[in-house]
Amino acid sequence: MALLRVEHMTHYFGGLRAVSDYNLEIAPGQIIGLIGPNGAGKTTVFNLLTGIHRPSEGRILLDGEEITGLAPHHIAGRGLGRTFQNLCLWRHMSVLDHVRMAHYAKISYGLMGAFFGTAKRYRQEAEIERRSRELLELVGIGHLADQGVLNLPYGAQRRVELARALAVDPKVLFLDEPTVGMTPEELVQMMNIIRQLHEQLGLAIFLIEHRLKMVMELCHRIQTLVFGEVIAEGTPAEIQGNPQVIEAYLGKETVE
Amino acid sequence: MTGTDQATVTRGLPAAVGRLLAGVPLLGWLLGFLAAVLVERTIGDTLAQTLGLPKMPVLFGILTVSKVIAEIINAVVKNTAFDPALLVHIPAALVYLSVVYLLPIAAVARLGARAANRAAAIMDRWNLTIPAAVHIGLMYLTLHIWAAMSDYRLITLKITLIAVLLTLSLNIINGYMGEFSCSHPGFMAVGAYMSSLFTVGLFVDDKVLGKALMPWALDFLTFPLALIFGGICASVAALLVAIPSFKTRGDYLAIISLAFLFIIKSLFENLQGLGGARGIAGQPDWAALPVIFVVVGLGIWSINNFVTSTYGKALNAVRDDELAAEAMTVNTRQAKMTAFLVGAFWAGIAGGLLAHVVRYINPAMFGIQKLAEVLAMVYFGGLNSVYGSIVGAVSISLLGEALRPLEILKWIIIPLMLILVMIYRPTGLVAFRDFDLREAMKPKTEPGQRK
Repeated sequence: MALLRVEHMTHYFGGLRAVSDYNLEIAPGQIIGLIGPNGAGKTTVFNLLTGIHRPSEGRILLDGEEITGLAPHHIAGRGLGRTFQNLCLWRHMSVLDHVRMAHYAKISYGLMGAFFGTAKRYRQEAEIERRSRELLELVGIGHLADQGVLNLPYGAQRRVELARALAVDPKVLFLDEPTVGMTPEELVQMMNIIRQLHEQLGLAIFLIEHRLKMVMELCHRIQTLVFGEVIAEGTPAEIQGNPQVIEAYLGKETVE
Repeated sequence: MTGTDQATVTRGLPAAVGRLLAGVPLLGWLLGFLAAVLVERTIGDTLAQTLGLPKMPVLFGILTVSKVIAEIINAVVKNTAFDPALLVHIPAALVYLSVVYLLPIAAVARLGARAANRAAAIMDRWNLTIPAAVHIGLMYLTLHIWAAMSDYRLITLKITLIAVLLTLSLNIINGYMGEFSCSHPGFMAVGAYMSSLFTVGLFVDDKVLGKALMPWALDFLTFPLALIFGGICASVAALLVAIPSFKTRGDYLAIISLAFLFIIKSLFENLQGLGGARGIAGQPDWAALPVIFVVVGLGIWSINNFVTSTYGKALNAVRDDELAAEAMTVNTRQAKMTAFLVGAFWAGIAGGLLAHVVRYINPAMFGIQKLAEVLAMVYFGGLNSVYGSIVGAVSISLLGEALRPLEILKWIIIPLMLILVMIYRPTGLVAFRDFDLREAMKPKTEPGQRK
């Protein structure tokens, strides 16, 4: 059964049809890539699925339950972690606090615990801290836990976002261009981390990416989005040879 | 380590004094202050007479100095007579300050540093409540002796403590959450009126609120109830602001809350049942120093607990990037509402305390002037910081008192300082610092001594 299923999702921004009749199925442990030229609506698809925008039409089901139109924090709490294309970090918070914060939906000590420092609170906070440090180790920045997030190099900031997204215990992990602006070495490191996460945690991953090397190596299936419509879907090899995809990226081939 | 110490050695007297006192733990400073107030209690009056001061300087001599400066300005501007003998008061006040405060504090802190460090190290191993009780007890004792020497000091201290609570409660909203709320004096007014309604209405015969409804010998025991009642009413009032303003994002809160402040003020002005513009007087004298100290302490403790919890840190996340907070499971609307209501609750408590300290309230006390004052305290002291709130509230209220003789000039000096702080430290003097009691009470390593 599909972990995440999207049926006939369409979205309008005013009169503009940003996404039309979009369908998606992600099975457990599958890595799906979403590619397409700039402005194709890839991030809009992400924002629709994570609840930032409410789709005009269509249904979204996570693990068999409908999540269409829920608030973003509810959707995230049900197991949908994401990173952002342009880093959305909290600039005054430490690396560790970032990961702790993503446990928000799991804390249950309530306001009494918050104000009066009950034993339950310290127990839960200690557990959250332990788990957060583990996640930071997992993405390879455990030694940076107590740094302010702005002091980190770009590649490490990306990893903070990744660890934070993992902290919501995602069933499906959404990565919005995780390697944008990275150096070749950072790119290889990031690919290794994603591969490792996939193998260790068996995560299903939904990935927007421009770098074809990354998409071709990691993804099981790829969707190509152009002007809000999926024009091709298939395995990396199929997509690579698809004339429509090549046309969308490079323009029509003119034969003399 | 000696090597690093030598590398950081700087010249000059202040640096030398700083080095000398670097190894003094909080406990040492508290003992120093205690020694100073004991010295003042024993020789303060005699010393003041010997130095030719009219009476014991009440605010560390600053008030005395600013009085003389005010006389000089008056003499220059308004051609009033000026007695040159007054000039002696300036060096006399400085001598008084040194002999009574600076020297005893420095001496006890320095000489007792080793013993204090040892005591702090022992207590550091115990459960936090014991060292906390010792430190807070010492602090209260010092303040009590200091304030007992003059009524003026007592009321200044009470109002300063209340200002600390008020500033911290506004810092939750303006600092930790990063919204701009202007309705705090309004919440304070609600707290002040409602707690007065409780105490005056039930236990005191009053012109406005009529005969006491249920006179009782142990009526002072209900004071906490009166304060909590005021706080809860303030929270309910805050709900009226929060519901419309947190539906949207942006600057709406500032506008709506400012409107709310004016509505509350004119509401109390026109409610004849609550005394109208003349207000309510005759609150029972229950807000003694220990009561205020305990309530403000509780407030600081619980607010600090809140802002260091994940629930509280969620406010920082909302401030820095609301979208990311939502995507990381934070219920942002709920977090904002909670913080706003908590801020209003403690503002209401502060209002209730103030009503029972000055024992008279009217709507004019809670206007735009009060707003400017508390905003200044928050932004001067530092956003997102318990230390900052304490520093801001204490320095602005003490400065306000100490510069009072300068009259109109006071309203040039204080804003100027605020502008300077905004230029050089835009987020305030001690912003973004977590308040950790155990950390504050830790023993310090003395320079040149191995850890």
